Amino acid sequence: MEWRWDFTWDILPRLIEATGNTLLAAGGGYAIAVVLGLVLALAQRTPYRVLTWVVREIVEFIRSTPLLLQIFFVFYVGPQFGIRLSPWASGMIAIGLHYACYLSEVYRGGIESVAKGQWEAATALNMTTMQTYRRIVIPQAIPPAVSGLGNYLVGIFKDTPMLSVIGVTELIHTANTIGSENFRFLEPYTMVGLIFLAISLPTAGLIRAFERYVRRKMGLQ
Amino acid sequence: MTFFEFLVQYWPRLLSGAGVTVVQFFLAAVLGIALSVTMGLMKLSPNRLVSGAAITYIEFFRGTSLLVQLYWIFFVLPLFGLTIDKFTAGYIAVGMNIGAYGAELVRGGILSVPRGQWEAALALNMTPAKRMWRIILPQALVNMLPPWGNLMIELLKGTALVSLISVADLMFEARQINSSTFLSAQVFGAALIIYYIMARFMLTPSMRWLERFMARKMGRA
Repeated sequence: MEWRWDFTWDILPRLIEATGNTLLAAGGGYAIAVVLGLVLALAQRTPYRVLTWVVREIVEFIRSTPLLLQIFFVFYVGPQFGIRLSPWASGMIAIGLHYACYLSEVYRGGIESVAKGQWEAATALNMTTMQTYRRIVIPQAIPPAVSGLGNYLVGIFKDTPMLSVIGVTELIHTANTIGSENFRFLEPYTMVGLIFLAISLPTAGLIRAFERYVRRKMGLQ
Repeated sequence: MTFFEFLVQYWPRLLSGAGVTVVQFFLAAVLGIALSVTMGLMKLSPNRLVSGAAITYIEFFRGTSLLVQLYWIFFVLPLFGLTIDKFTAGYIAVGMNIGAYGAELVRGGILSVPRGQWEAALALNMTPAKRMWRIILPQALVNMLPPWGNLMIELLKGTALVSLISVADLMFEARQINSSTFLSAQVFGAALIIYYIMARFMLTPSMRWLERFMARKMGRA
């Protein structure tokens, strides 16, 4: 089978449009994950043993089971109990929750890397726990977490094709449609692969540069 | 239908799906580990051509999605006359994907072996192959086992994607049962629990055991 350039040019606008959806899905999922991940990380540091244990087990459970299955679970279980979610909404919930669990581990590592003396100094200054977290601990916990946070941004982007199974019209979904309309799969699938490479490799480079920048800014190097 | 009644009726299908998942896991693991070691060593080669080939493989498979790779191997390769049945295509895609991540772990593990060990092996007049096999790799293995535990869980989760090319694994059976019964909460819930048991109570303890076993072998325990 030969590569057809004219066909490639014909389908390119549709693929570019789908790339927008893929980026939107990755961005939306990541936005949920960044916030919820911090909540999950902080919940594991409360003095309430039961809460800490329950959150820890939930995080472990979500991290050890396939995202694809979780996407199906969120999409199909809702309607059984009368809650109808659109493919986009259930996709964002599933992918956001899945990555929140990964990010909570990244935050946890960052928070644990803050020296104990910082906590003691904050206590000596009569700061409340909230103030200590917000003004002392979290700002110092972020720089060591930047590389992990960045890696999972690329990770979430690469996992968005799974949303195609519930009908989110991202890249793979569009490539499937184009392929079955024209009975040509070579160009759409190859182009999707190239688009993924063209986005994820430079992003990974940018994240490394940003990591160096943050470390310099914080005077860590 | 209660969850228990559901299990009584459908456990044979879930079990056969889980069996296929386990087989896919082991075949992909064998391929992935072989590729990791080969590509990890190749990336360290002073020969530009050899290390370049390894870098291309690693960046390509880490830069695109597993789902895209799977579809490409299953739908596009036959167009070039290389037809692979779905079962084989499944574990090849998952194994090649994991191999790219594993190669970086192998490389990091080898680089973490202290310089003196290389020099001592040289002083004992060992050939490069013997030095690598008897001195460097065993120590590298101990250093890199903990991240391999996480990678093996990623591998197990990755096998769920083979259901999308109709390999009858646990994910596939769950979807089939769901579309004929609409008992989404029961079937997807049961599948989640089975994946969790495999990851948390079978895979993780085995990796821990291997870590302890290797540490004892190396006289570090």
